[in-house]
Amino acid sequence: MAAPLLIRREDETSVVSKTVSKSRAGKFRDGWVDGFLWFIRIAAILVVGFGIFRSVVMTLNGEGTSIDAWENLIVSGVAQGAMYGMLALGYSMVYGVLGFINFAHGEVFMGGAMVSFFVAQALFDNGVWESNFALSLFIILIVAVLTSTLIAVIVERVAYRPLRDAPRIIPLITSIGISFFLQYTFAGLFGEGVKTYPTPPDYLRNKVNVLGFLPIEGTKILVMVVALISMIGLYFYVQKTRAGRAMRAVAEDKEIAALMGINVDRTIVSTFAVGGAMAGVAGILWALLFRSISFITGFLPGIKAFTAAVLGGIGNLAGAMVGGIVLGLFENVGTIVVLGGLGIPGAGTLKDVISFSALVLVLVFRPRGLFGERLSHEDRP
Amino acid sequence: MTDTVSTTPVLEFRNVNTHYGPVQILNGVNITIAEGEMVCLLGGNASGKTTTLKTILGMVTPTSGEVLLDGEVISGMSTTHIVERGVSMVPENRRLFARMTVLENLEIGAYLRSDDLTEDLERIFELFPRVKERLAQKAGTLSGGEQQMVAVGRAMMSRPKVLLMDEPSMGLAPVLVAQNFDIIERINKAGTTVFMVEQNANMALSIADRGYVLQTGEIVLADTAENLLANPQMRAAYLGHTE
Repeated sequence: MAAPLLIRREDETSVVSKTVSKSRAGKFRDGWVDGFLWFIRIAAILVVGFGIFRSVVMTLNGEGTSIDAWENLIVSGVAQGAMYGMLALGYSMVYGVLGFINFAHGEVFMGGAMVSFFVAQALFDNGVWESNFALSLFIILIVAVLTSTLIAVIVERVAYRPLRDAPRIIPLITSIGISFFLQYTFAGLFGEGVKTYPTPPDYLRNKVNVLGFLPIEGTKILVMVVALISMIGLYFYVQKTRAGRAMRAVAEDKEIAALMGINVDRTIVSTFAVGGAMAGVAGILWALLFRSISFITGFLPGIKAFTAAVLGGIGNLAGAMVGGIVLGLFENVGTIVVLGGLGIPGAGTLKDVISFSALVLVLVFRPRGLFGERLSHEDRP
Repeated sequence: MTDTVSTTPVLEFRNVNTHYGPVQILNGVNITIAEGEMVCLLGGNASGKTTTLKTILGMVTPTSGEVLLDGEVISGMSTTHIVERGVSMVPENRRLFARMTVLENLEIGAYLRSDDLTEDLERIFELFPRVKERLAQKAGTLSGGEQQMVAVGRAMMSRPKVLLMDEPSMGLAPVLVAQNFDIIERINKAGTTVFMVEQNANMALSIADRGYVLQTGEIVLADTAENLLANPQMRAAYLGHTE
């Protein structure tokens, strides 16, 4: 029942370590499990280390990945990672306050991006998209944020609030159901086809020399800037405002928060709303980066953002953002550099393998995530 | 240590009955607390002490009877509204927001207020100079005694008419228990009405004006602290033979 700054004490991930220590109790399996985990750790380090080493050597010899390609991979990684981070915030916030993983969050993201696609299309048809892209972007951003926020809040009210006192596995499973429900609602309403956002203007697609030496595509700069502003805004909201303080209080101890006069239900709704708004922003970032959207679009980015949240330490907001960027880098740089360095053909198609391997490796190396704190149930008097 | 007589009690239970499902917890409870008094509610486990506090705070609604704050019926109101009207509690085991700084903990105690907090903070620093030194520290890193000061400070930040204390001696080392009761006494002397629920009857009665004894949901004894301490029935049941 206790949870610090959106960091719950009963770490989801500690389940893993508990399982391990339980098998440790058995005399026979004891060293076996430990040994196996060490084997995985060492193997992972060797594989990754060797891959990177070979890639670097190849680049220095003028073969394989070029310097330009490295730059590109890193920039794409950071931009995509920023988007994952925005999405990961929603997982982390809900986990912090209610203690379950809201697997429908990917669909909240998809919903915003989907609805603003139609607005973008209309703006394009009217010529506003071409003549005033900044205004168009602002409008679709607002539409996406409103849509995602609305979906998140409705889902909380209809699906999760009645389950507030149920064991946490129940809302978790419900969220998977909601996820499918939303996917097929959007498929039913808007069709199953892939929709493509109109192209951003040329000046955004061209590369800009940042700091005079680093050429970055305009869209990616935009993505990073928007993510940065949103993150700063969120930090300010959570740390400095009255509502943010209430949110942290509810995350730590709902009963005592109520004793302070905080309206717990309203605070939980605002948590979903803020998480939803961030997902809406992420939806537009997705549209800028990839342009295509379908009813299924929320699934993979959703799961990856969840991975990012675990990577950063679930419940930790800064961790979610850093986890997102690390995952984005892993996915882009890691795929080409590690797998390419190992000489695996068609490495570019193995992105998803890399992101989920990252999840497994985090659980093996550092179950609490990069910034998570290991706090057991018992440390509260 | 005398009975304060006042026209309108700050807090009053009028024939309160509460039930959890079919089980009756409080049975016709009458409690009257005048302004500035320090009153303790004594009783063993499962006697209904916690339910009494929950009833004041609106977490449990009486099935019949009413709770009045300053003459106004508060039973049936939401916790937020009751807290707004001037009740605050120092919970059992303190339960600070461990991840927040000491200052944030104090500020969140004034969550329902929108006016300036400087004066209140100053008052708390005056009572507990140690708290001032620890303002930027995370509350979870404080010692038990310091946490108790912050917990009391947090409850005082809403400028309560009545301060509820739930088992202030629970889980504390004997030295800290004494220190804790000293804190409560100072708060009360500074003018806040205190209603304290406590198992440690000796300790509670040594500082309280009056006491009520609760047994399976019924008030079986109500008297001044002096009389209760001298009461042979009391001594046998709650105070131990050594006293």
